[in-house]
Amino acid sequence: METLDFRFASKPVSRVADPALCGVVGSGNLEILIKTGSEPAACRVSIKTSARGFGDTWQAVLGSFAAGHAAGGTEIAINDMGATPAVVTLRLAQALAEYQGGAQ
Amino acid sequence: MIPSLASRHSWFEATARARLAGLLDPGSFAEILPPAESQPSPHLAMLDLPGAFDDGVVVCYGQLEKKPIFAIAQEGQFMGGAVGEIHGAKIVGLLRRAVQEKPAAVLFLIDSGGVRLHEANAGLIAISEIMRAVLDARAAGVPVIALVGGSCGAFGGMGIVAKLCSAIIISEEGRLALSGPEVIETVAGVEEFDAKDRALVWRVTGGKHRYLMGDCAELVEDDIPAFRTGVAKLLAGWQEAAPGLAQLRASQQVLENRLAAYATYRDGLQVWAALGIARPDSVPLLDRDSLVALKEGLPT
Repeated sequence: METLDFRFASKPVSRVADPALCGVVGSGNLEILIKTGSEPAACRVSIKTSARGFGDTWQAVLGSFAAGHAAGGTEIAINDMGATPAVVTLRLAQALAEYQGGAQ
Repeated sequence: MIPSLASRHSWFEATARARLAGLLDPGSFAEILPPAESQPSPHLAMLDLPGAFDDGVVVCYGQLEKKPIFAIAQEGQFMGGAVGEIHGAKIVGLLRRAVQEKPAAVLFLIDSGGVRLHEANAGLIAISEIMRAVLDARAAGVPVIALVGGSCGAFGGMGIVAKLCSAIIISEEGRLALSGPEVIETVAGVEEFDAKDRALVWRVTGGKHRYLMGDCAELVEDDIPAFRTGVAKLLAGWQEAAPGLAQLRASQQVLENRLAAYATYRDGLQVWAALGIARPDSVPLLDRDSLVALKEGLPT
């Protein structure tokens, strides 16, 4: 297992609901928990992943997410069981939509 | 196009949370120890494995047709729904609370291969505590209804827990047994049981077989609303004698009779023929309603 921590500048998220959970820690899948963070213009991400050595890939996927979405003011915790970048991107968007109050 | 496929909400393919969302009255789901307040298993962390925030089980209050309900839903996609220490403690805590608060029922959405082997003794103890807690809830007059229709079925210790519940609702896709197919094949050899023969696995452990044998109260479609309807129907006229010695002896006798009648058989097909089914080979292809009608027409 590898633990990774990132911080990205991101526009403040527009509306805040309860902590939001998305996905399941199953093979090729991951769960994402979004909570309110302390910095309004930054998104902090903490990852526990079963696949070692993909720090650069996580950095790229999460960086693109934080740049493309308003995700500032959040703390994101991820438990990963080998999800591909496409699945990670999809789940991040789902989790953020849920966090903003858009029920699935 | 078959309309039923478009409108179907498969129980088998849904996550634990999606099953609960479709099972309970809308808006009534109230989770205890939600993911943001819970913590992943420390045992898995020590083994360098990522955990899940809810440790693979959701416990909650809710309502079903306005009746107060407690529910437990195991997530089969996380480590095969296996029971670890925190996972087990959440289940036991909810069942003990049911003894005090007396909801109309505890719904136990089982989707598990049994003990989480990574947690060894803690998992085994957790399973035995769940067994005790299920019996305590029933003794307090709270029915515990097992719902089995997930990809992991109900195996190992959770197979026993399922049978300790007041009643079981199962779908054709659901499976219920003690040792899992791969375990039997590993221990006794492929000549004894071929775990890759999926049709055989279902003929021996699957929902239709369990229903025909009288192990399950209801057989329902692989559909979340069908499970909901099944629970509502079961609870509508619910009556259960308090668990007692006489009842246990009677159940034991039923099992002994079954062993005497079928112990030499190797396939569900042989058992169904012995039950009096004229064309046992047609059973796997029957739809749910036809199978229920077939069972109701059998000699008892």
